[in-house]
Amino acid sequence: MVDTKVQLCGITLDNPVIPASGTFGFGREFAEFYDLDVLGSISIKGTTREPRYGNPLPRIAECTDGMLNSVGLQNPGIEEVCKTELRDLAQLFHKPVVANISGFSLDEYVTCAEAMNSADNVGIIEVNVSCPNVHSGGMAFGVDPDSAAEVTAAVRRVTSKPVFVKLSPNVTDIVPIASACEAAGADGISLINTLLGMRIDLNKRKPVLANKMGGFSGPAIFPVAVRMVYQVACAVDIPIMGMGGISSARDVIEMMMAGATAVQVGAANLVDPYACKTIIETLPATMEELAIQRLEDIIGVVK
Amino acid sequence: MKKQFLVVDSVRNIQNDIYFMNLTGDCHEISAPGQFINIHVDGFYLRRPISICDYDDGHVSLVFKTVGPGTVRLARAKRGDLLDVLMPLGNGFDVTKCGVRPLLICGGIGLPPIFSLARTMVAAGRKPQVICGFNTASDVLPMDKFRELGIEPVITTIDGSEGIKGLVTDAMAGADYDYVFACGPEPMLKAVWQLAPDGQFSFEARMACGFGACMGCSCRTKYGYKRICKDGPVLFKEEIIW
Repeated sequence: MVDTKVQLCGITLDNPVIPASGTFGFGREFAEFYDLDVLGSISIKGTTREPRYGNPLPRIAECTDGMLNSVGLQNPGIEEVCKTELRDLAQLFHKPVVANISGFSLDEYVTCAEAMNSADNVGIIEVNVSCPNVHSGGMAFGVDPDSAAEVTAAVRRVTSKPVFVKLSPNVTDIVPIASACEAAGADGISLINTLLGMRIDLNKRKPVLANKMGGFSGPAIFPVAVRMVYQVACAVDIPIMGMGGISSARDVIEMMMAGATAVQVGAANLVDPYACKTIIETLPATMEELAIQRLEDIIGVVK
Repeated sequence: MKKQFLVVDSVRNIQNDIYFMNLTGDCHEISAPGQFINIHVDGFYLRRPISICDYDDGHVSLVFKTVGPGTVRLARAKRGDLLDVLMPLGNGFDVTKCGVRPLLICGGIGLPPIFSLARTMVAAGRKPQVICGFNTASDVLPMDKFRELGIEPVITTIDGSEGIKGLVTDAMAGADYDYVFACGPEPMLKAVWQLAPDGQFSFEARMACGFGACMGCSCRTKYGYKRICKDGPVLFKEEIIW
């Protein structure tokens, strides 16, 4: 029997597969397809202090082996998420979850982190400083080492739970940003968020997305994600949740060899609601094929 | 709702860029006219959401328009091909609410869900009136399926080349109704909505998942945001905000 367990900041995950924030809602829709307890954890829909409707439609565009979204952090706000969504999720998923939070000011991040700190089923707080779909916020914190460090430190001060900072790939060099987060007290790094992209409707001669630009995700971005996870893993001593285009058990192993301790699966959930379950089910056989006994042994083996 | 394979029985070009497709498989979960299925097309990342035109426990038929490379590829499916689908999706029409004199209105490729609605209503002993609007005579879809139900739809064309000259709203003036069901382009839905005393309206949106996870197709309503794919595609008149 192969061992798929991984340790992430003191939390034992049955397997490293975690649905990525924004592609899994609060679990409800996927519980209609399968038992969520097969998952390592779940990263919940990005939550802000105030409820947000998000961006105008269309918010979705297709690309070769991927998609653009400009949803814009639609969510019911921290109060409703803690009161209803997290409680409902606790009925469907009986393990600690990853609470993804976002904000437009330090205060908003701090308020969300405080609220998530008192939620029983939150195991890890994932600070999103990299949403490409909101103006004057989110990504602004993630494209500069100083402001990323500032958010990290502010959240770090108000929670006893592990803090992961989710970084943007839309930067010249991701390494100093990851290092700044580590120095500011981050317990881990999540990467990568979506790449900023754009599609044009040739008949209308207009952008497909109402917001013009959106976040590019799906298998097409996988090599970029592997490269960035590798670069960050070489530079920091804290664990990484690797994500970006993962669609198979082989992708999971590749991401872990690059340096990820756990992985998140995003866009794949939207085209195949069983994506995470299938990856988890095929992981043991894939490990055997590759002569991997313990999944933890391959984390960062590529130097 | 599940992910499954359906077998292509037949694909037929019925009109310019409009195709009729018959599929076989387990369709017993389809619970209301106006629901849709989300089809994986080889070579394309996102599924194609297509309205259901007719169904029984073992079959489903679709009428769709080729609007881009994905639907063009779908139209090339051959008898015996397996299609990977998610189904059934969406709420569909609520036929328990239909007033005393229901009027069904469709514009162009909005016809398929209106046909299955008409069939459901006829099976329940009702005889709805139907208005079908098109741009021009060569766009008018075959009406024989409605006639088999004993319904003679009122046809409108914008250029007057067939039926009443004008829009579906021009034909509404001559109808006696107290409840409207509509499916078609958004400007048509809005115009019908303004005239209808009450009714249900089926919307279309670009979506990624089709089952309520991605928030790609959320719209505002009087009762908060709703996802066209999961809480729709059918919305009630009173909740719609334009």
